[in-house]
Amino acid sequence: MSTDQVRVVVTGLGATTPLGGDVASTWSALLAGQSGVSGITADWVDSVPVKFAAFSAVDPTEVLPRPESRRLDRAEQFALVAAREAWAHAAIDKVDPERLGVVVGSGIGGITTILAAYDTFKEKGWQRLSPFTVPMLMPNGSAGWIGIEVGARAGVHATVSACATGAESIGYAIEMIRSGRADVVVAGGTEAAIHPLNIGSFAAMRAMSTRNDEPQRASRPWDKGRDGFVLGEGAGILVLESEEHALARGATIYAVAAGVGYSADAHHIAQPEPTGAGVMLAMRRVLENAGITGADVKHVNAHATSTPAGDVVETMAIKEVIGDHPLVSGTKSMTGHLLGGAGGIESVFTVLALHERRAPGTINVDDLDDGIEVDIVRGEPRALPDGQIAAINNSFGFGGHDVAVAFTSV
Amino acid sequence: MALTEQEILAGIGKIINEITGIPANEVTPEKSFVDDLDIDSLSMVEIAVAAQDEFGVEIPDDQLKHLKTVKDVINFIQN
Repeated sequence: MSTDQVRVVVTGLGATTPLGGDVASTWSALLAGQSGVSGITADWVDSVPVKFAAFSAVDPTEVLPRPESRRLDRAEQFALVAAREAWAHAAIDKVDPERLGVVVGSGIGGITTILAAYDTFKEKGWQRLSPFTVPMLMPNGSAGWIGIEVGARAGVHATVSACATGAESIGYAIEMIRSGRADVVVAGGTEAAIHPLNIGSFAAMRAMSTRNDEPQRASRPWDKGRDGFVLGEGAGILVLESEEHALARGATIYAVAAGVGYSADAHHIAQPEPTGAGVMLAMRRVLENAGITGADVKHVNAHATSTPAGDVVETMAIKEVIGDHPLVSGTKSMTGHLLGGAGGIESVFTVLALHERRAPGTINVDDLDDGIEVDIVRGEPRALPDGQIAAINNSFGFGGHDVAVAFTSV
Repeated sequence: MALTEQEILAGIGKIINEITGIPANEVTPEKSFVDDLDIDSLSMVEIAVAAQDEFGVEIPDDQLKHLKTVKDVINFIQN
C-alpha cells in the first residue's frame, strides 16, 4: 500500500532531444522509429575511436537570444529550453513561490565550459575569463537558472547519480511534494557532454559502440550485435504538482506520478551487478511506494543502454519482479544515451505512453539476444490496454545507482 | 593604432549589444551604464573582457569602477 497521503500528478512536459527541439517533434519521431544519431563532423573526430553521437535536433543557441545563451553552459541551455516548454505546458497562472521548487540535475554539469575556460586561462590569463564561468560550470547551474525563471523558493535542488540523475530528480520531486515542502516542482535532467575528452574517456573504458560505418544502427539494446552505448545530449523536464493544487486550478493532468524506488548495487563502480539484485530491489520498492502490483504494470521504459552487460540483466529483473507481460521499450535505440538527461526524457516518454496508450518501439533489434524473456516492443509502437494501468521508467547509473519511477494513467 | 572616437563607439556598441541585447545604436556617449543601460557589475566585467579582445586595452578593476558612462570608456581606450 502507498504510505503517502498526497497524490502527485504530472501537469507539464518539456524536452529538447536528438529527435526534436520539443516534446511533440521528439515524440512523433520516436513513434516513427527515427534515429537521432549522426556522424561527428568536427575536426576532433580524428582524436577519438567513436565517430558518431546523438546531437540535439535543434541547437539551443538558435532558440535562445545571444545575450542569454552566452552566459549559459550548453547543458544549462538545454535545461532552460525544456523547462520553459514544460512550464508553459503546465500553464500555471499563479503559484505561491514558497510552495514552488526545482530539482534538475546533470551527470557532469558544465564540462564544455570547464574545458574551454581552462584553455582561455592557460592561453590568455584569468582576466579573460567570463565572470559567468563559475555559474556556467557548476552542476547546479541548470536548477539555479530554472528556479530564478519560475520564482521557486521552496527549494532548488540538483541530484547527481550519473545516468540515473534525471529519474532521481523526479523521485526527489515526488517526495518533496508528498512531504509537504512544495505544491509544484519542476524536475528532470540535462546533459551536454559531447566532447572528445568525454568520448575518449568512455572509449578508454570500452563502454561505447564503435559501429562507425552504421551510426544509426549502433544503439541496439538487446540485439546480439550490441557493442556499447551511443552518447546523446539534451534535456527532459516534468512539472509535478500535488493533485489538490492541480484540480483546484483546473489543470490538465497527463499522468499520476505514483512513486519512486531506489536501490544501489554496492558492486562495481561501472559494471551492473550481474544477478540484478539492485535493479530488482529498486523495482520492488517502486511497486510498494506506488501502491501497485506487478500485474498493474503494462509498460516499462527500460534503461537499456545497448551494452553487452546491462541489457539482459535488466530484463531478467523485470520478469522476476513485474512479470513477462509488460511492453518493454528501449528508446535509447533512437535517442542515444543522454546520461543525466536520460531519466528526464524517458520519464516524458513514459507519461506520454500512458496518456496516449502507446508504447514506443525499439529499433535495431535485428537479432534478439538469448535469455530475454520479456515482451520487447520491436519496430512499430504497440497499443497499451484500457483501464487503470501503470508504467515504470528505469534508470541506472555508474556508481551502481538504481532508480525506478512509476506513473499511472488518469 | 589610433582609433577615432566613432570607431571606438562602434566597437563598444557591438560589444554591449552582444552582451546585453541592447541595440548598438542606443549606445551613445552620454549614456550611463547603470542608470540608462541597466548594466550590472558582472556585465561591466564582461564588457571589460570583450574590450580587451576588441581594442587590446586592459581595464583594471580599480579603473573600471570609475567608468560610469560610455564616454568614460571611450576616453579610457583612447588614452
